[in-house]
Formats: sequence, C-alpha cells, structure tokens
Amino acid sequence: MSGVFSPTRAKIKERTLRTDKWWIEPLITFAVLISFVIYASFRAFENANYYIEPLISPFYSPCLSSACVEGSSLLGTPIGTIAIFGLVISPALFILIFPLGFRMTCYYYRKAYYRSFWMSPPACAVAEPHEKYTGETRFPLIFQNAHRWFFYAGLVFNVLLTVDAILAFKNAEGQWGHMSVGTLVLLANSILLWGYSASCHTCRHTLGGRLKHFSKHPIRYKLWTQASALNHYHQQFAWVSLFGVAFADIYVRAVASGAITNVYFF
Amino acid sequence: MARKLNLRIWRGDSTDGGLKDVQVDVNEGEVVLDVIHRVQATQMGDLAVRWNCKAGKCGSCSMEINGKPRLACMTQVASFDENETITVTPLRAFPIIKDLVTDVSFNYKKAMEIPAYEHPKDLAPGAARMEQIDVERSQEFRKCIECFLCQDVCHVVRDHEENKKSFAGPRFFIRIAELDMHPLDTLKNRKRKAQEEHGLGMCNITKCCTEVCPEHIRITDNAIIPMKERVVDIKYDPARMFSAILKREKRD
Repeated sequence: MSGVFSPTRAKIKERTLRTDKWWIEPLITFAVLISFVIYASFRAFENANYYIEPLISPFYSPCLSSACVEGSSLLGTPIGTIAIFGLVISPALFILIFPLGFRMTCYYYRKAYYRSFWMSPPACAVAEPHEKYTGETRFPLIFQNAHRWFFYAGLVFNVLLTVDAILAFKNAEGQWGHMSVGTLVLLANSILLWGYSASCHTCRHTLGGRLKHFSKHPIRYKLWTQASALNHYHQQFAWVSLFGVAFADIYVRAVASGAITNVYFF
Repeated sequence: MARKLNLRIWRGDSTDGGLKDVQVDVNEGEVVLDVIHRVQATQMGDLAVRWNCKAGKCGSCSMEINGKPRLACMTQVASFDENETITVTPLRAFPIIKDLVTDVSFNYKKAMEIPAYEHPKDLAPGAARMEQIDVERSQEFRKCIECFLCQDVCHVVRDHEENKKSFAGPRFFIRIAELDMHPLDTLKNRKRKAQEEHGLGMCNITKCCTEVCPEHIRITDNAIIPMKERVVDIKYDPARMFSAILKREKRD
C-alpha cells in the first residue's frame, strides 16, 4: 500500500473525494489528441493528395523524397526513394518526426498527455493507478530533455511553412500576385505555428530566461518580457496551431483530390 | 441569517479514523474554518485543527475540502451549493497526527537540504546593490506562505511515499529557482544539485502545484520549467554539446 493509502496517512478508502467533474478535461484531451493522431497517421501513410500548385500540405513539407509529386520538392529530393517490401515510403514519414517530436516534448503537451493518456495523475488530488513512478529521470522519459533540439528543428519548419504560404500567392499557373482561400489557410497556419514557437518555454528561456542579470542585457530582457507575455497563452497556441495544421492539410487534400475548388480572390 | 450546513469531517489518528457527519449553523460570509470552529465549540470539543491568522497569510489551516487541497480560512462556504455536503479531511500526502492535523516535518527536512544563498566573497554584506528588474522574478517566489498545499497535491510524493527520500517538491523548487536566479548568488552546481539531489527530473509538469497555490505563484511556468531549462543548458543543450565536441577536436 503506497501513496494516499500508506499506513501513516489518514485512513480514507476513496482514491479522491473530489465532487466536481474532474474527469471531463482529461477525457476531452484524450479524445482530441487521439483523433489527431489517427488522422495524421492516415494522412502520413496515404501518400496522395498533398500537393496542387501552389498549395502543399504541412504534413508533406518539405517534400524530400523522389516519390514526391512533381513540383512539390522545394528543397530537391536528397532522400531518393526508399521502399520496404515493394511499398514506397511516404515522404511525410521522413519529416514528421520533427514537428511530432516538438509537440511530444512540449511542456504543455506533457501535462496534457501525462494526465489524459498515462493518468499520472488523471487530475489533481486524484490518486494515480501506477505502483511506481520515476518521472523524467530515466529511459525513455529522459528524452523529454530533447525539447530544445526539437524547438530549433521546429523553427526551421516554421520558416519552410512560411515560404509555402508566400508561394501560395501564386496562381495555379505559377504566376505571382494572386491570392486564394488556400493562401489564407497556409498563412494562418504559419502564423499560428510561429505563435506556438514564440510562446514556447524554451524560446522564453533562450531569449533571456537563463540570465541572472537582466539589467546588463536590456534587449534580451525586453525579448524575455515579450516571450513571457506570450507564454501565458502557450496552451491556447498549442491547441489552435494543432487545429491549424490539421485544417490546412484537410483543405489542401480537399483541393488536391478535386472535392472542392480553391477560390481565388484576385 | 443562519442556515444549516451538512459537514463531513475526518476524525481519527494514525491507528484508525473515518468521516463523521455533523450539521452545523452557518452565517452569510463565513468560511470553512469558521464552521469548523463552530463544530469544535458546540459538538466536538476535542477536534484537532491547526490554524493561526485566518487571513490566508500563515499557511496553517491547509486541509482538503471536497477532495481539493485548500486553505480553510480562504474557502467561502457560499462557494458550494446550499444543499451540498462539504467534506473536510486532513492533507493526504503527510502522516496523520490527529483529525485535521498532519505532520508536515517532511517539508522542514527538505528545506534544510537546500543550500543557502552564497554571498560574493569580495562584496561586503552592506554593499550589495541590485536593480529591481534583477530581483522581481525571485520576488514572486517570496510570496510563498509555506502552506504546503503544493507539496500535498504533488503526485510524485502524494501517490508514492518512497519518493519522499529523493524529491524536494514544488515548494523547494521555487526556493532553488529563487536562489539560482539571484543576481549575486555564487554557489556553483545549484542546477546540477537540483536535478541530481533534489529530484527536479521527477516532476512531470502536470501543474497541480500551480493550480492549488493560494498565492497564485506560477510555480511550474516560472520556477520548475525555467529550472529544467537551466539543467538542459548544462547537460543537454545542442549548441553547447557541439561546441564541446569542437573544442575537444581542436585540443586533439
């Protein structure tokens, strides 16, 4: 008997005496995250309907494999084509580890999935079901410390997805000076991703959080202050940018598959 | 105007105990501690409860009200439905002494393990000067009233008694952060000690400490995560790792 049922503690048989609906939040979080994981997996393996000039899905950008459809490889195809048992590996699978790693190691998402998936704990003052707990001190959770690596990789992806949004100011014939609903969708996606990165705890730390003397570094102090203000909304940015990525992909898929037409404003 | 309130109070000691139902008068504007005092005065003369300032500043009347760690003196009875039974228990992370009183000495032992501020050797005690922007981060942590609600709710020790040996807890992570961010503190290895001796790596950022803090200190965002990031600085930072490799190659 451990935890709240330890022999020295007050003898209360309930795992929690909370009377509010504490289980709703982890349940919703679980449902939304698992839905995203299922959809993202389906799209990553689908290997189709991810590019139609000038729009590319964020799940497939940058497209680095020779298997990429023509015109979608902004940075060339350094990976070539890799097949397993005759099946060509989807280009998305080569790159998704980076945005996935950034979100998996994110301090906000850690809270979200430790509570909703691993129930460690399911909610505050609700006893967790696990007998042992070592936190992020050993394999595999010690890899949560790689968040900074993924943060830097995420910045590279933000730049590339911003370039994709700028390229969406072309029309289907490749001429500049046009704007469509797809342009707005990719633009909104890149802005939300920048917001998610700028509000990140690692960003806040690297900009100035690691300093002891703010007064000696006024510019970094100013940057830290602004990152701190954004950091208040990191949870919101985490969710909205996740929906933004999914929506951008759904939109590009719908246009590329011919289900809808990308309407041009000019 | 007084009304009747249904209250369930945990009564007992380290050998046994249970929840006892009582009905007690409650007046408009009263807090849970008022009601407990009325029970003590009228129905349970030997009810043990720890309290002091009744103003949310001493941190003595920490207990669990309807399962949530809270200060009894800051919990308005009116915040519950009129027909709701309010359940009051001692803190469930610490050994019970009697009724609503627990033994919180774990926290004092942990406090003694945190290395104190180390003043620069070349600076006379009265000569220290610091600018406001250099100390305001630490000032947030100085608001702590040591109610230990954060320690109580933290699942690392609440749900795993065996972790008490190796885990200082959120209250002491803010102490470590306060000192590590102090512009004049000269103690080396505070970050490494936080990780390797005080159990910073055991925290999995579930933010319950922040949720229960009556002083609204952003414990996780402003102390624990910045300390985790400082540990990354010295142990896992890619730029530092690459520069260390380059330096080694140059030496070779």
